Amino acid sequence: MQVNNLACDRGERRIFEGVSFTLLPGEALVITGRNGAGKSSLLDILAGRLHPASGAILLDDAGERALPECLHYVGHRDALKAALTAEENLTFARGFLGNPALKPREALDAVGLAHAARLPVAYLSAGQRRRVALARLLVAHRPLWLLDEPTSALDTASQETLRLILENHRDSGGMIAASTHSPLFLQDAKEIRIERVIPPPSAGEGAEQSEAGEGASSIEHSPSPDLLLRPPSPAKGRGQEGETL
Amino acid sequence: MIRSFNALLVRDLKLAARVGGSGVMGLIFFLMIVTLIPFALGPDLNLLSRIGPAILWIAALLATLIGLDRLFQADQEDGSLDLLRLSHAPLEIVVLAKVIAYWLVTGLPLALAAPFLGFLVALSPEAMLAMVATLLVGTPALTFIGAVGAALTSSLRRGGLILAILVLPFMIPTLIFGVSAANAAVGGTIPFMTPFLVLVALSLIAAVVGTVGAAAALRSGE
Repeated sequence: MQVNNLACDRGERRIFEGVSFTLLPGEALVITGRNGAGKSSLLDILAGRLHPASGAILLDDAGERALPECLHYVGHRDALKAALTAEENLTFARGFLGNPALKPREALDAVGLAHAARLPVAYLSAGQRRRVALARLLVAHRPLWLLDEPTSALDTASQETLRLILENHRDSGGMIAASTHSPLFLQDAKEIRIERVIPPPSAGEGAEQSEAGEGASSIEHSPSPDLLLRPPSPAKGRGQEGETL
Repeated sequence: MIRSFNALLVRDLKLAARVGGSGVMGLIFFLMIVTLIPFALGPDLNLLSRIGPAILWIAALLATLIGLDRLFQADQEDGSLDLLRLSHAPLEIVVLAKVIAYWLVTGLPLALAAPFLGFLVALSPEAMLAMVATLLVGTPALTFIGAVGAALTSSLRRGGLILAILVLPFMIPTLIFGVSAANAAVGGTIPFMTPFLVLVALSLIAAVVGTVGAAAALRSGE
């Protein structure tokens, strides 16, 4: 998967621009940034929910499938029906998404919620609902997982379970893009940091955002670089060639 | 694609059957209007049987409308709409499954309940039969037209009123031909089939335009 020079507008405002990265099978990308920086918007664009203002997303080996058919998306809202049981929610997702993988019971077992399969989701706590939503990742095969704050409301044990699930997915050649504030402890994950576009004091700049990657510390005050892409963390065993920027 | 369609249809039917679902709400609303009107008009059986089809049709229209604002809004609020975009089935199929499920739990019961409620407005047996037939082929048009409005207002908090204002004008032709077909069955100068076939045509057109229109509205909604 290759993402080139993505920019996003919400309303009249430019949220971010110049986002580029490459994600190879087995790789993970962690998206960080302050509240309102545009992490969720970036994931929305990747999920095909928002149209980018500019830039392109390329996915290899997609065949005739459109981008949304190649991915799982777990957002802030859990996309669960409160009146249905956890198992019914997963059964629906499994039938609806196609490419079925684990059975709903097995997926719930994997997130440690086998005992709650028969309970309506309305009776579950926020963390348990989040785990049911994450179990959805397991009921259908999709190469790319987009996770928006996957660890929110999860306790430490569940975070570890999630980490294992994610690593498992990467080992089988899957890709992950996750926005997060708390570390996910993924091995060799690439990292991309999104900074809010500072409204330029005057017109006439915007052609030079491409070398924003360098002056890492001065970024807060410099007027022109709109976006900081921190070079991926030095330990990267998996994808040397697919470099950001 | 068929599997996605079936999965969504089954889910929506289950949801409608659960507590707080929209399953019986339309039917009870329908019952309330039809029960109230004879009390308001008084015991004039001739008058009631003359305007009975119109009463039933207006009640059916309002009963279809009452739960319609939740058609896509509920999915929009809990994030399910994002999930529904991830299928290989196009959004039109999603809309079609949801609308058919909605019709099965509102429109179909209305049509089947019409004979019983016909007693309240002193309908003759032929008129009751005509009511069932017209509601059966007419309520899909109402549901599909309403679905476009529901998709347009899915992200609005209090979209119900705007939805009604948006779609009511487009429901008027269905109302006119539905009532005139039901009236033609018990007398009058025009044969029953003339308005009835127009009603069928309206439903077929609405099924196509409504499905495509609602999907387009959902796409542009983000």
